[in-house]
Amino acid sequence: MTTQTPAADAAPAEAGPRPALSPRRRRRLVQGAQYVILAAAVAALVSLADWQQLQHQFLQLSVARRMFPDLLTVALANTVLYTLSGFGVGLVLGLVIALMRLSSVAPYRWIASVYIEIFRGLPALLIFIFIGVGVPLAFPGTAIPGGVYGQVALALGLVAAAYMAETIRAGIQAVPRGQLEAARTLGMSHGLAMRSIVIPQAFRVIVPPLTNELVLLFKDSSLVLFLGVSLETRELTKFGRDLASETANTTPIFVAGLCYLLITVPLGYLVRRLEARHAKAR
Amino acid sequence: MSATEGQPPAGTPSTATGPEEDTPMKTATDTAATPAEPSGAAAATSTTTSTAIEIHGLHKSFGDLEVLRGIDFTIAPGEVVCVIGPSGSGKSTLLRCANLLEQPSAGRVVVGGTDITDPDVDIDRVRRRIGMVFQQFNLFPHLSVLENLTIAQRRVLRRGKAESVHAARENLARVGLADKESSYPSQLSGGQQQRVAIARALSMNPELMLFDEPTSALDPELVGDVLSVMRGLADEGMTMMVVTHEMGFAREVADRVVFMDGGVIVEEGTPDEVLGNPQHQRTRSFLARILHPNDTPATDTP
Ligand SMILES: Nc1ncnc2c1ncn2[C@@H]1O[C@H](COP(=O)(O)OP(=O)(O)OP(=O)(O)O)[C@@H](O)[C@H]1O
Ligand SMILES: [Mg+2]
Repeated sequence: MTTQTPAADAAPAEAGPRPALSPRRRRRLVQGAQYVILAAAVAALVSLADWQQLQHQFLQLSVARRMFPDLLTVALANTVLYTLSGFGVGLVLGLVIALMRLSSVAPYRWIASVYIEIFRGLPALLIFIFIGVGVPLAFPGTAIPGGVYGQVALALGLVAAAYMAETIRAGIQAVPRGQLEAARTLGMSHGLAMRSIVIPQAFRVIVPPLTNELVLLFKDSSLVLFLGVSLETRELTKFGRDLASETANTTPIFVAGLCYLLITVPLGYLVRRLEARHAKAR
Repeated sequence: MSATEGQPPAGTPSTATGPEEDTPMKTATDTAATPAEPSGAAAATSTTTSTAIEIHGLHKSFGDLEVLRGIDFTIAPGEVVCVIGPSGSGKSTLLRCANLLEQPSAGRVVVGGTDITDPDVDIDRVRRRIGMVFQQFNLFPHLSVLENLTIAQRRVLRRGKAESVHAARENLARVGLADKESSYPSQLSGGQQQRVAIARALSMNPELMLFDEPTSALDPELVGDVLSVMRGLADEGMTMMVVTHEMGFAREVADRVVFMDGGVIVEEGTPDEVLGNPQHQRTRSFLARILHPNDTPATDTP
């Protein structure tokens, strides 16, 4: 600040012609217009929509009541089970592939890269059909252990592993090289240093993206629909669809959707919290 | 107080080396871990040697860049050697070759009688005997101070919990941080972190300590604490190889000063000789730059 006297400072600021509409006023005007448009749209929706019909189709309590308790004990439980088993397979496989990507043995790196490219480049649905239909056709007599549960865990796991491998690799590479060196100078083998020093630190970095992956898997578990599941192995989407056609009503789909949101929205919130906390810790 | 006793004689028939690396992480139940410390790697000769470390004809290249061009020198047990030299002269590389963090391109490194450049040597076993302290501390941020000091004792030396905690506390007291054992590294100042790093290395009862510019990353007012810990170590008879720019420390504590430039040892001798009466022009101009950084610009770039 090189101000000499307040008067000398203030004078030039006051000068200059005033524009017809100051920028601040114009912004207020535009904002007001937006509220008006919104209010009009809502009013139109409220007056034009047939609320009776909407409620009948989407929120018919008698239909919704029919969904219990199977909605929770079968459908949601299966969705969670599919998701977690796929996540488990994906995590283990992803860690292996990430370590292969970082291997000093070149062919391991190539194999890992090819795997990642293939499984990130294919639609998850294709993998499901391959596991559910292709494998039994190609190798008759072989059965994936665990029936549908095994198939889903494998299909979801194969896809998830490709994404998780890249996340885990980035996490491992984010751990400063000095950590590994310090561990090695204490006499730790490479494997022990990775297990006890590097990977635990990498996992702290990648918890948010892995949680995100969990959300994606939760939604992808709906692809079980295409595996021809039985009554006991239905998950939310299949359950909702079946009941919707049975009752000729949309309510089951609506309720199934709510169940997904019940899980995905808090998880998404958790991811943002974790990310914020991580950003602060840096 | 010596935390560094009970090193069993080298050449003890060593217990199997391989499988211990594959022990799953969850062995934390641990109460009955074996206290025996299988020390002394491959060499049966180590009992007869009188050198802590011998370096013969050491060369190291990174691609086309030849960083070390033939280094020969030895350190006797209990000796403190300070390595000085301009940036890029290969000091860190020399230190890192001494425990095989870098693989030498040619030459031999013999630590306590064990030729560690021999491909058949179990390097993990040799590294237990060599402590290293880094410029950037490299404490494990996800572990508490106590865990930083015990993890390698437990998993590498197979010490029991009580024994490793005891050794950890002893060494924390030695560096003046007995009250910080439950802190995490991020809660400590740089000087405290470096002292924990020294205590961590000491907890393995090394016979040789390597320091790579241990005070260069510290605020000036924190340098003294670390140096006084190192001085204490030297007084206790620890064999030390210290890369440093702290000329006061070198003058007071070192038995020998080695001046490196361009990947070779230009000059070595007692601190009085090398720092007080340098024989080579390159040493003189380096010292002039270090001691009077604001004077005439350097003119000796090779
Ligand atoms: N891993 C590496 N790959 C390639 N070049 C390297 C590597 N490590 C060191 N160098 C090079 O080797 C030379 C010597 O490095 P070194 O770290 O040993 O020097 P220094 O004497 O410790 O210097 P400083 O005082 O700056 O720490 C430098 O030119 C450096 O760029
Ligand atoms: Mg260096």
